[in-house]
Amino acid sequence: MTLFGFRIPMMASLIVWALVWEIVGHMDVIFLIPPMSAILSAGIDLVQTASWQNATVVTIRSFVIGMALAIGIGVPLGVLMGRSRIADNIFGLWVNMFVSAPLSALVPVLMILFGMGETTIVVTVFLFAVWIIVLDARAGVMQVPPSLIEMARSYGAPPSTILRKIVLLAALPEILAGIRIGLIRGVKGVVIGQILVAIIGYGELFELYSRSFDMERFWALTIVLFAAAMLLSGIVERAEKRIEYYAGAR
Amino acid sequence: MSALAEEFDPASIVTHDPVVRVEGICKHYGSVEALRSIDLQFERGKLTTLLGPSGCGKTTLLKIIAGLVPATSGRIMVNGRAVTGPGPERAFVFQDFALMPWATVLRNVAFGLELKGTPAAERNRVARHHIEQVGLQGFEDKYPHELSGGMRQRVGIARAFAVNADVLLLDEPFSAVDEQNRRKFQEDLLRLVEIENKTFIFVTHSIEEAVYVSDRIVLLSPRPGRVSQVIEPKIDRAADPDDIRRDAGYLDVVEEIWQGLRHYAE
Repeated sequence: MTLFGFRIPMMASLIVWALVWEIVGHMDVIFLIPPMSAILSAGIDLVQTASWQNATVVTIRSFVIGMALAIGIGVPLGVLMGRSRIADNIFGLWVNMFVSAPLSALVPVLMILFGMGETTIVVTVFLFAVWIIVLDARAGVMQVPPSLIEMARSYGAPPSTILRKIVLLAALPEILAGIRIGLIRGVKGVVIGQILVAIIGYGELFELYSRSFDMERFWALTIVLFAAAMLLSGIVERAEKRIEYYAGAR
Repeated sequence: MSALAEEFDPASIVTHDPVVRVEGICKHYGSVEALRSIDLQFERGKLTTLLGPSGCGKTTLLKIIAGLVPATSGRIMVNGRAVTGPGPERAFVFQDFALMPWATVLRNVAFGLELKGTPAAERNRVARHHIEQVGLQGFEDKYPHELSGGMRQRVGIARAFAVNADVLLLDEPFSAVDEQNRRKFQEDLLRLVEIENKTFIFVTHSIEEAVYVSDRIVLLSPRPGRVSQVIEPKIDRAADPDDIRRDAGYLDVVEEIWQGLRHYAE
């Protein structure tokens, strides 16, 4: 973007909004918005505390396990639904229901089922992420050109080879897109789960800071989470870019 | 025998070496009858075209011969053996090329051999030879999206030749290729028919294309698809391509087929 002939760097809008925040913060309008500089210095202090580091380890562990399950179950289920009419009829309704369901409302039920510990968080991450991964994998498999499958059949490929060498590769762009959105939803899941359980990881910290009106740390923690979610999505997006030519050439 | 054409009579067709025999093939899609008792024979070294208006089942018949679509009744014999599925003695060229966008030209051409389990070095050697045959040398490491439509279909043809099948099944291979390239393709196809000594079964909806490339044209009539006429264009292929397209005999056959098909057109 250019303004009055000057090229404006990509992150410029972020800096502008940070400045606006800083000014509003110094005006002391409302205690909820401390100056950005105070938040940043609180953030630097925060990441050095043992409580933050422990919370981060717990959070990452729940997130990674939940996401691994979501991808490990979601992708095969989506591929199965894309290939088999029967599987699609059996699971289709449920997947579509859950993908738009207000899952936060389910977390208290999960707490009863899985206790007030990490298991509940893992299940929450899984439930937040898995449905979109299933739907995208299914969509990717369904739009594999029939002629590519016929081609492989005509050269004598058995169904397992067709799945491995044609279907999975042809559906890869959609599978990756599903995983990217799943990761973002998973971050939401881990935070919402922890806040509702309120005694683990970042949820405990959020609870602590908001109860004691420690807004600097509250915002610092939020920014750390935003940055992590954007970083994750950015990494997958890079992988998607590398195979972008697929979609156009199919 | 008439210089141009003769009425269809299965018994009168002299086949010296019928590589493919289509015997009483019928195909129903639910209550729709797509093909009704098709009997045909295809000889080695000859190119036969299945020609007809849309809905006559020509592509369905080709896919039944390929073993990609099951017939409702009747059977397909290849080299004297009844076949029910795809086999290594038949290779298919697709209308939309059916190239793997994630694979290079070399890997696409070698894909049939890869599925057969041919070692990499051997299949790449064979693939390079056929890439050269279709005039794509230097493009081995390119991806399909980097090629023009005409070049992509050359890849499809090279892939079919690389498996060294006896029977080449071509489903409207040039319909997605622009006009200049199509003419060049037709000439190249004639050259390949001449040097490869294989059985070619070709589907097209273009009368001119059919007359130009075919040793024999099977006219199918629609709903249900039946063989309505078999025509053998007697065209001197040694002549210059441009002269052939102006030749009176060529134009007469085109006209005759058009008269046979025109009542199917709206």
